[in-house]
Amino acid sequence: MTTLTKTEDAPAPAGPESFLSVRDLSVRFSTEDGVVKAVDGLSFDVERGKTLGIVGESGSGKSVTNLTILGLHNPRTTTIDGEIILEGKELVTATEKEMEKLRGNKAAMIFQDPLTALSPYYTVGRQIAEPFMKHTGASKKAGWERAVEMLGKVGIPNPKERAKDYPHQFSGGMRQRAMIAMALICDPDLLIADEPTTALDVTVQAQILDLLKDLQREFGTAIVFITHDLGVIADMADDIMVMYAGSAVERGTTNEVLRSPQHPYTWGLLNSMPRLDSDLSAALSPIPGTPPSLLNVPSGCRFHPRCTFQDRVGGNRCVTERPLLAPDRSSACHLTADQKRTIFVEEIKPSLG
Amino acid sequence: MVQFILRRTVGALVTLFLIGAATFFLFVAAPSDYASLACGKDCSPQRLEEIREALGLNLPIAQQFWDFMSGIVTGRDFPDGHCPAPCLGESFYSGDFVWSTIKDRFPLTLSLTVGAAVVFLVIGLGTGMLSAYKRGSVVDKTATGASMVLSSFQIYFLGPIALLIFVYSTGWMEDPHYVPITEDPVGWLIGLSLPMIVMATIFTAQYTRMARSSLIEQLAEEHVRTAKAKGMSQKYVFFRYAWRGSLIPIVTVFGIDLSSLLGGAVVTELTFSLQGIGRLAVDGAVNKDLPLTMGVMLVGAFAILLLNILTDITYAWIDPRIRLS
Amino acid sequence: MKEDLVLPAPREAATDSPGEPLLQVEGLVKHFPVKGGFPIRRTVGAVQAVDGIDLSVHVGESFGLVGESGCGKSTTGRLITRLMEPTGGKISYRGKDITRASRKQLAPVRSEIQMIFQDPYSSLNPRQTVGKIISGPMEINGIEPEGGRDKRVRELLETVGLNPEHFNRFPHEFSGGQRQRIGVARALALNPKLIVADEPVSALDVSIQAQVVNLLQKVQKELGIAFLFIAHDLAVVRHFSQRVAVMYLGKIIEVGDRDSIYTRPRHPYTHALLSAVPEVNLGDGETGGRERIRLAGDVPSPINPPSGCRFRTRCWKAQDKCAAEEPPLIQISGNREGHLTACHFPEEPTIEARDEDIVLDPALAALEEAAAED
Repeated sequence: MTTLTKTEDAPAPAGPESFLSVRDLSVRFSTEDGVVKAVDGLSFDVERGKTLGIVGESGSGKSVTNLTILGLHNPRTTTIDGEIILEGKELVTATEKEMEKLRGNKAAMIFQDPLTALSPYYTVGRQIAEPFMKHTGASKKAGWERAVEMLGKVGIPNPKERAKDYPHQFSGGMRQRAMIAMALICDPDLLIADEPTTALDVTVQAQILDLLKDLQREFGTAIVFITHDLGVIADMADDIMVMYAGSAVERGTTNEVLRSPQHPYTWGLLNSMPRLDSDLSAALSPIPGTPPSLLNVPSGCRFHPRCTFQDRVGGNRCVTERPLLAPDRSSACHLTADQKRTIFVEEIKPSLG
Repeated sequence: MVQFILRRTVGALVTLFLIGAATFFLFVAAPSDYASLACGKDCSPQRLEEIREALGLNLPIAQQFWDFMSGIVTGRDFPDGHCPAPCLGESFYSGDFVWSTIKDRFPLTLSLTVGAAVVFLVIGLGTGMLSAYKRGSVVDKTATGASMVLSSFQIYFLGPIALLIFVYSTGWMEDPHYVPITEDPVGWLIGLSLPMIVMATIFTAQYTRMARSSLIEQLAEEHVRTAKAKGMSQKYVFFRYAWRGSLIPIVTVFGIDLSSLLGGAVVTELTFSLQGIGRLAVDGAVNKDLPLTMGVMLVGAFAILLLNILTDITYAWIDPRIRLS
Repeated sequence: MKEDLVLPAPREAATDSPGEPLLQVEGLVKHFPVKGGFPIRRTVGAVQAVDGIDLSVHVGESFGLVGESGCGKSTTGRLITRLMEPTGGKISYRGKDITRASRKQLAPVRSEIQMIFQDPYSSLNPRQTVGKIISGPMEINGIEPEGGRDKRVRELLETVGLNPEHFNRFPHEFSGGQRQRIGVARALALNPKLIVADEPVSALDVSIQAQVVNLLQKVQKELGIAFLFIAHDLAVVRHFSQRVAVMYLGKIIEVGDRDSIYTRPRHPYTHALLSAVPEVNLGDGETGGRERIRLAGDVPSPINPPSGCRFRTRCWKAQDKCAAEEPPLIQISGNREGHLTACHFPEEPTIEARDEDIVLDPALAALEEAAAED
C-alpha cells in the first residue's frame, strides 16, 4: 500500500512524551454476516501520566481499540492492520509470550462490570496477587501480603480479612476497587479503563473516579479512559478523542473539545445530553437516525447520513470524500474552520443553555 | 452447608420410602397372583391357600407393607430362619433372602458403572478439553466428527460386535466375567474391561462434546479475559479459570446421567451375560417376584440418591457462591 | 431535527382538571420474605424493598422518582401498576382504593395505567409483529376503536415517529431506540391517563436517549398523560419531571418541586447524590462552583436496614438521635410549600461549593491528605 491511498490521518510525529502511539489501526472481524469494520484507520497518542478520554456510543469501536492494544481480541476471527507502539515496542506483531509479560505489568486494564470480570471461583486476594507473583516472581506469601496492602490502598476496610472473601461477597463498588487494586499491583505505566463506572451507582461512581485520579497522581500512570458519558470524561480526561463508527471524528484537550467543539457529531452529543444546569424551556435536540451498521459503513464521511450540516459543504463531498483528522486539535469534517466556529457560536451554543 | 446436606438426606429418605410404597402397591395392584402362578396348572384350593400363607400373601395389604418396611430397619423372622436387618424379604421364587442375593450381585454392577464412568470421564473430558484448546484444528475436527459417529451407537449393537472381534475371532480378550477386585485386581480389570469400554463409548462421545462446548463458552467469559489481561499464561487461564467454570454443566449432566448409567449397566449385563443387579431386576420382573423387585428398586434408588447428594456436594466444592450462601 | 408528531384524534372530553390527585399512594410497603432455617424452611427476615412511602401524582403531571440501586423505585412502579402485590398500604386511583382490587375490578383501571419498561429488547414478544404487539392491549380489553384497530395502530406508529408501513415487521428489525418507541405506542394504545415509565431510556445510547425523552415529553404534554418517571439519572429526571421524590433504602427521604430538589435540597443524601453527578462544565471560566461530597462505601443491604434514619450510616451529620428516631417526611422550616424532607439535621438549601469538601471515603481522604502534604 502506498501512502497515496491512505484515507486518513497523516502519521503524527510521535512526541518525546508520547509513550503509547497508535498508527492507522484497523480492526476487522469476520462474522457469519460479513466483515465487521470495527476500527478503521485510527491514530492517537497517549502521554506519560496523562489521561486520554475516548468517548463514543456503542459500536463506535472504542472498546475494540483498547482490547487490541493488549492483544485480547480473538486472533481466529480478527484481522489487525497498523501499528501500536508502547515505549518503542511494536505490539501488533509481538508474540503471545511477549504480550503476556506486558499485560498486567506495564499495561493493565479494568473492565465495566466487576462482577463478571472477576472469577467467582477464587478469593479476591488470590486474584489480585496472581499478576504480582507472575511478573515479579514473588512467593505466595509475599503476593498475598502485597494484595492485602493494595486492597487497603483502594479503600477496602479490614483488607486482611476481606482478601479471603470471594467476589460475590463484595458490594459493587468494592468489587471495582478490587479490580483497580489488581490492575495497579505491578505499578503499570498504562491503565486502560473500559467504562469502569457505568455499572455503578452515582455516589459510588464519584468515589471510584476520584480514587482513580488520586491513584494516578501517586503512581504516575497514564490512563486511557473509555466511556459514553461526557460528564465522566469531562471529570477525568486531559485530552479527548471522540469516536464514531470505528474512527475518530474529533480530538483536542478536554477544554477545547467540550467548550468549543468542532464536529457536528460532538455538537449532537452535547445537545442531546440533559445536564443538571441546562435550560429547561428548551427541548433536547437529539441526533436524528441511528448509528450505522459496521457491516456496511456509509461512504465518505461516516456521519453524513445523520448530519444536518451537509448542505453547508459544497457539492457532494460528504458522501464521496472521507474527511481527514489531523494530529493535535482537529475534527474530521469538511466544514471550513470558520464555518465550524460560527456554527458552534451562533447555532449550537445558545441551545445548550 | 451441613444444614444443606442434612436437608438433602432427610429428603432422600422420604423419597426412598415413597419409591418403596409405589413399587409395592403397583405390584399388588397388578392382575396376576403369584401364588396361583407358583401353584401350577392342577392346583387345589388348599394348596393355593398354603402357598399364600407361606408367602404372607393372606395378610392384609397394609400389614404386608408394614412388615416389609419395618423389616429393613429391624430384621424379620421367616419360618426358615431369621433375616437380619437390612431385611428386604425373601424371594418368592428362590426362597433366598433378597439382601444377600443383592449383596452378591451388587459388586459386579458397581464395578461396571464406576469403571465405565472413569473411562468416559477421563477420555471424554480429556478429548473435549483438547478439542477446545486447539479449537478449529485437525485434532478438534477429528474428535468432533468421531464423537458424532460414536454417540449414535447403542450398547446392544456395539457389544456383540466387540465380542465378535475381540473375543471370538481374534481371541485377544477373555470372555467377559467377574472376579472380585479384592481377590484379584488384575483379573477383575481383564474380566470386565470389554463391557466397561463398550458401555463407556456411548457416554464418551457425549462428554467430549459437552466438555468442548462448555469450555468454549467459558473461554468467552469476561473473568477469563480478565485473567488473560493480567498476564496469566494461556495454559494457566485455561486450566485455572475456564476449566473450573466448565465443570458446572458437566457435573449437572453427570448427575442426571446416573440413572441412565444404571440402565446402561442392565443392558450391558444382558449383552455380555454377566450376573449383576441388572440381571436380577429382569429376573424379578419376569418371575413376578415382588420382594426381589422391591429390593433391587430400593437399592438402585438408594445408590442414585446417594450419588446425587455427592453431586451437590461437588457443586459446592467447585463454586463458592453455592458453598457460602 | 424536528419531529412532527401526528396526534390521534382528541379523546372524549376529559373530566379531570389538572392539579387534582390522580394517583394517591399511602404507606405503601413491599417486603420480600427471606427463607432459611432448619429443619423446616421458614421466613427468617424480609428485604424491605419499599417501606412505607406516600406519594401522589396529579392529572397530567410528570412525577420523577430517583434513587440508587436497591432504593425500591422500580418496585414502587410495579406495585402501582399492580404487577406485584403490596405487603401493606393503600393505592388509590381517582379516589378509588385499588390496593386489593380483583382482576375484574381492576380491568378498567388497568387500561388507564400503563407501563413502559427499561429493556426494549426483552419487553417485546419477538414472535409478534409490531402491529400485533400494539393492538394486543386493545384486543385483551375488547376495545374496537373507530375505523378499526389497524387504523389506530398506524396512527400510534405515526405518533411515536415510526413509519406506519412497518406494521408487519418484527421487533428484531428495529434498533433499540425504535423498539422503545414501539413500547411507547403499546402503552398509548388504550388512551392511558397515567404511564409508569421504569428507566425508559437507560438502556439506550446517548444520542438515542434524547429522541425518546423528547417523544415522552411530547406525549405527556400534548395528550395530557400523567407520568411516574422512574430513573437513576438525575439530569434526565430533572429534564422530565415537574415534581421529584428521592428514595433511599425503601423510603422517600425528600420530595418537592424540581427547583427545590435540584437547587435547594435539604437532605444530606440529596446533596451527596447531586454532587456525585459528573457534569460537563460549559462555562468559559473556571467556575467549579458545585459542592463536593464523597460518601464512604455502598448502599447498605435492604435486608437489615439501619434503625432510625436509614441514611445515618453514611451521613456526616448523624447523631444519636438519628439512630433512635426515624425522621418524619415533613415540610421543615425554610422549605417551600410542598417541599418535604425527612431529616433531623438538614443541610443549608444550596448546592454551592463549601469551604471544605466532605470526603468520607477513607481511601480518598488518605490519598488526598498525602497529596496535600507534598
